[in-house]
Amino acid sequence: MKNKFSSLLKEWYEGNLSFDDRMNSEPEKVTTIKEESEKKEIRIVKDVENAEQKLTSKGYKFFSVIFCVILAVVLIGTVNFMPLFADNNTPTTNEVYEHYVGEGRDQTGAVNTVAGMILDYRAFDTLGESFVLFTATCAVLLLLEQSKNKPIKKRETFTFSNDPIVCTVVKILTPIIIVFGIYVLFNGHLSPGGGFSGGSVLGAGFILFAMAYGEDNAAKIIKPSIIRVITICSLSFYCLAKSYSFFTGNEFNGIHSIITPGTPGNIVSGGLILPLNIAVGFVVCCTMYSFYMIFKRGRLD
Amino acid sequence: MEDIITIVRLLLLISLVVCAIATAFSKRVMTALIIFTSYSIVMAVVWLLLRSPDLAITEAAVGAGVNGVLFFLTLRKLHLIDKDFADDEEGKIDEGVNVNEE
Amino acid sequence: MNLLINYEEVTSMALFAIGFTMLVFSRNIMKKILGLNIVDTGVYLFLASMGYIEGNLTPIVPSTGDVNALEYINPIPQGLVLTGIVVSVSFSALMLALTVRLYKKYRTLNLDKIYEMCRKEDELE
Repeated sequence: MKNKFSSLLKEWYEGNLSFDDRMNSEPEKVTTIKEESEKKEIRIVKDVENAEQKLTSKGYKFFSVIFCVILAVVLIGTVNFMPLFADNNTPTTNEVYEHYVGEGRDQTGAVNTVAGMILDYRAFDTLGESFVLFTATCAVLLLLEQSKNKPIKKRETFTFSNDPIVCTVVKILTPIIIVFGIYVLFNGHLSPGGGFSGGSVLGAGFILFAMAYGEDNAAKIIKPSIIRVITICSLSFYCLAKSYSFFTGNEFNGIHSIITPGTPGNIVSGGLILPLNIAVGFVVCCTMYSFYMIFKRGRLD
Repeated sequence: MEDIITIVRLLLLISLVVCAIATAFSKRVMTALIIFTSYSIVMAVVWLLLRSPDLAITEAAVGAGVNGVLFFLTLRKLHLIDKDFADDEEGKIDEGVNVNEE
Repeated sequence: MNLLINYEEVTSMALFAIGFTMLVFSRNIMKKILGLNIVDTGVYLFLASMGYIEGNLTPIVPSTGDVNALEYINPIPQGLVLTGIVVSVSFSALMLALTVRLYKKYRTLNLDKIYEMCRKEDELE
């Protein structure tokens, strides 16, 4: 200690030492050593963490392989105890099924039992489902909406309007698809189809039209205000119509419904089934088309 | 006649399983999507054989049409059409992509 | 052995298992959504095959005359599946929208990396 002090004093006396450097340099050295040790510690911790992660990912893979194999074996083994395929003595062929098929035509007026079932006996289920579609559209619009002032980039706007093959094929196909969709929609109570099938076919047709002719041209014909109005009107019409038949359809309050099933087999028959089919079809069609437009351009028009 | 229908049914069901496995093992995004679309079309024929034409129409329009279009649009929006699944899992994908959105 | 006759049910179970395996193993979000769709169709196939009766007709009854219910197949699973197919499209659209937002923030579709980045963000706060 004494030697060190005397040597320092000597250096200072000879003019080789400036205290400022000494004061500044020493603590830095200490900190660098500390940082290095900290870095080493962090490295060690990270190595341990990486090793743990590798271990856990290996363990995850191992256990998930075992789990998936067990799941597949159990599921396929369960089939062994299921009733025979295409047998008419299964628990699913019970009195509910006989009632729906046997008396559904006279009670609802629909020749197609599936349409009569989902729009008359189980109409509230379908109402909830169309609201699910509406909510999904709103959520997708919230997630992907882009501001209107922002110009759409050229990379985003690609059309097939210059392609002769696509344009010709779409010119021939689009009217056929849309007419088929309308047929399926309006004959839902007489033939296979109905609101969901016809609506999705119509939506696919409009999507094809928008893809081939460009979204600008499609947006001039199918404006976002029209989509909004159609969706809201269909949903509220469904609500009102089903509330009416809910309040008047029973025998306890003395109010009798003015809606009759009509003669089965006519195009105007089945009471509320035809308008409800059209309402559901419009909701599904608008949902599909607005999904496409939102994913393509970030807004409805 | 019934034997032929049984054979057709079996072929369709086997092709369903094969399509699902191919979707699971395909490395490109586009390949998986195209195989999934063909899977939906096979599914529509299976619905027809199960005597449910309503489901066949809906599945053909929705599963093969709208669903595939939505997936393709998402891939295009993210500029990932030419990329592989495998690249993403090894961590190469986010260096080459230069997206000027937002 | 019902296992050798119930082709449809075995197929639907196999589809469920394949889709679930895709959900568990693939790190890519798009592939997870595809796996969910496959699980969906497996469940629908199982439901619809429960309503099928050999030799019976589609439940579209004649417009006049008596209806013998035992000549037609069960319409209830069809109604359930019909609503399910359309809902599956809407949920896959919602998932894809969420995927777009995730990709815009983290620039990757790998779920492990997104999880790691989320953890780092939490630590920085």
